Amino acid sequence: MFTYYLELAIRSLRRNKVLTTLMVLALGLGIGACITTLTVLKLLSGDPLPQKSAQLFYPQVDPFPMDGYVAGETKPQPTMTYTDAMNLLHARKATHQAVMTTTGAKIAPQQANAHPFYSDGVMTTSDFFGMFDVPFQYGGGWTESDDESRARVVVIADFLNDKLFGGANSVGKTLRINDHDFRIVGVLKHWAPQPRFYSLDLGGRDYGDGDAVFLPLQSARAADMAAGNTNCFDEIKDLKHLETAPCIWLGMWVQLDNSAAVADYKAFLANYARQQIALGRFHRPDTGLPDLMRWLRDEQVVPDDVRLQAGLAFGFLLICVINTVGLLLAKCLRRSQEIGVRRALGATQRTIFAQFMVEAGIVGLAGGLLGLVFAELGLLGIRHQPAEYASLAHLDVSMFALTFVVAIVASLVAGLLPAWRACVLAPAPQLKAS
Amino acid sequence: MQIQPIFAALRKHRLATLLLALEIALACAVLCNACFLIISRVQHTHVDSGVDESALAAVKLTGYDPASSVDLNARVLSRLAKIPGVQSVNVINAVPFGDHAGTAGISTDAAGKHFAGVVDFYVGNPGSFKALGLQLVAGSMPQASDAQPLDSFVPKNATVWVTRALAEHLWPDTDPLGREFWTDQFHFRVGGVLAHLARPWGGEGGPSTIDWSVYVPAQAGRQLAGTYLLRVNPAESPRVLRDARAAIATIAPDAVVDSKNSQTLGTLREKYFRQDRLMAGILLGVICALLLVTALGIVGLASFWVQQRRRQIGVRRALGATRSDIVAYFQTENFLIVSGGIVLGMLLAFAINLLLMQHYELPRLPLYYLPIGALSLYAIGQLAVLGPALRAAAVPPVEATRSV
Repeated sequence: MFTYYLELAIRSLRRNKVLTTLMVLALGLGIGACITTLTVLKLLSGDPLPQKSAQLFYPQVDPFPMDGYVAGETKPQPTMTYTDAMNLLHARKATHQAVMTTTGAKIAPQQANAHPFYSDGVMTTSDFFGMFDVPFQYGGGWTESDDESRARVVVIADFLNDKLFGGANSVGKTLRINDHDFRIVGVLKHWAPQPRFYSLDLGGRDYGDGDAVFLPLQSARAADMAAGNTNCFDEIKDLKHLETAPCIWLGMWVQLDNSAAVADYKAFLANYARQQIALGRFHRPDTGLPDLMRWLRDEQVVPDDVRLQAGLAFGFLLICVINTVGLLLAKCLRRSQEIGVRRALGATQRTIFAQFMVEAGIVGLAGGLLGLVFAELGLLGIRHQPAEYASLAHLDVSMFALTFVVAIVASLVAGLLPAWRACVLAPAPQLKAS
Repeated sequence: MQIQPIFAALRKHRLATLLLALEIALACAVLCNACFLIISRVQHTHVDSGVDESALAAVKLTGYDPASSVDLNARVLSRLAKIPGVQSVNVINAVPFGDHAGTAGISTDAAGKHFAGVVDFYVGNPGSFKALGLQLVAGSMPQASDAQPLDSFVPKNATVWVTRALAEHLWPDTDPLGREFWTDQFHFRVGGVLAHLARPWGGEGGPSTIDWSVYVPAQAGRQLAGTYLLRVNPAESPRVLRDARAAIATIAPDAVVDSKNSQTLGTLREKYFRQDRLMAGILLGVICALLLVTALGIVGLASFWVQQRRRQIGVRRALGATRSDIVAYFQTENFLIVSGGIVLGMLLAFAINLLLMQHYELPRLPLYYLPIGALSLYAIGQLAVLGPALRAAAVPPVEATRSV
């Protein structure tokens, strides 16, 4: 039966080529726009560490004074002071914990007449690599005792290793960073989570290439490396002695394996804030412990423009669908007599309905194919945009499948009304008219 | 032209009419809002920076030892001035469309109780005022004696030059000359008013604050080093920048040239607004596609109606209607449907605008966008229906005698 409907549908679509082309073109444009923007949206709002994100949490406390505080509305600060970060780190209440901030690392190549250059760096503590499952090509991370002893060690990214050492095992070699010698202990495999979740609010970009160097926080600070975003809540003399200054500049991540551990950590944080209020260091009692995906939402990491584009594309698709409904309706009303004859010969309302839905589905399928072409063109355009994420915009298998799902759903929704109108037509007047 | 028969005919095609009106309503709503977004983006890109962009370039150095910054300034200033095509070299902390350097909240009282907003401080050595090409609208030019040594990012007690927009924000309807404001323990007194001076990284509080800048003359030194403002012959600027990089590699080998910020101001401006121009382009593309689809929908439905009513058209023609009567019929019909759609579309446009205002810090949609949107949809509708209407007019009167 289905093949018969298919044959009928194709015959009917062929009969009016202009109308069919219009429908397919409009639907294709709408679907192409939607898939393009959805691909970008998915890329930007994706999970940077799918296997681990549910266990990663971002503790927040608030050392700011009471000015401007509204109970229940003011959110705790996005970063921490050095004192709080070290207190929470050394409490070791989680499976893994690391504090971090970003820095600009001035790297001086060993080769003669090569100029020094700046690369993105992360200043962090030893648990960083274990907690985020960072893959190593050579060597590994540093140890806690390296943190404590302020050892001049560094982990470098694959692209920096390729650039400086031609991709060879550089573990044990020396790298000159900010006019100090650091010993390379590890070389990463390609690692660039999108978005760069661990350093949102710490400075640097949110998407794109990974960081080039990873240094122990205290060692790097001892080598005068500047911290990324710094926000001070009291008067300061200079930004050199950040460790003792009333400034927030560090982010902390913890790994908590089950809900009991999460509840315990929440209680620990609340207790810590109370303790600090009692000591006179804190004034605001609020704490926060969002998980990774929640933190990305809180930080609104997806740019407004991208969300606006997606909204626009869906508005456009809606107009295209309404357009298709109108055209399908016109087509089916024109075939009133044919429907009348079929009904008189014994076709039930259901079969008429099915026949028209199949026709709509074919339009959808064709629109989907055309939409795929438009989406590829759209993504080609996106890749030429000056955005951080531009080079990552590619159609993957799931978006490929989604294109057809959107196309079929859109066309079936569009086909509902015309098909219903067709199947409720009373056959007798139609036959009489001819 | 009688409208009554058109209504009677439309009533027979209630569903199709409704769908077409709905499509036009949606198109009208999206069109008004997208146009509004485009215009505001484009206006944003035309902001007047207040400086001679075409004749200016910046060179920014990082990675040098801060202890040697006085020495660095001396070496760079004298070396860069020797490059052919360079008219002057000055030390400044930031340039328009570059990275911001002196951003701070200010208050109009010493105690810091009356917070007046976040502004950007341009701190430059005495020659930078003239080099930037700033236009003075009140007060006097900065004198060499106004430039003070720096302990921090701004002098403790300084005479400053504010933009007209900032002066109007701080002291509406009063003479700003001689007025005072504070940042923390720093005290400023207004010595003059500038026509324009755009903030380095734009206004964070929206487009209205883009001009909230303060120019502070100061002496170059440890706190003011590393960023240099070059006044160059516009035609030679690419070569001058190349020469400057080469010169710095020899006179300051440990310093790293910040490529992103070491550009002509024209390039910095172009990069700064690239995303806005791109977004405007995308919106324009969507509008075109939208109008195209709407027009296609009208053509499709009108063609269908013409074909369906061939006999009726024939009867009308046989009874004496002229060709232009038939064309007018379809055009009026289209006008009525589009009118219905536009009424609904205006309401929808405002609803979408409210939604955008909630999520994207957008101002209210100005009312004059509505008639513009309406007119363009009427135009599209009339153009789209013209083809089918002419085909209808070509139906011969003899059609009345044929059975369908």
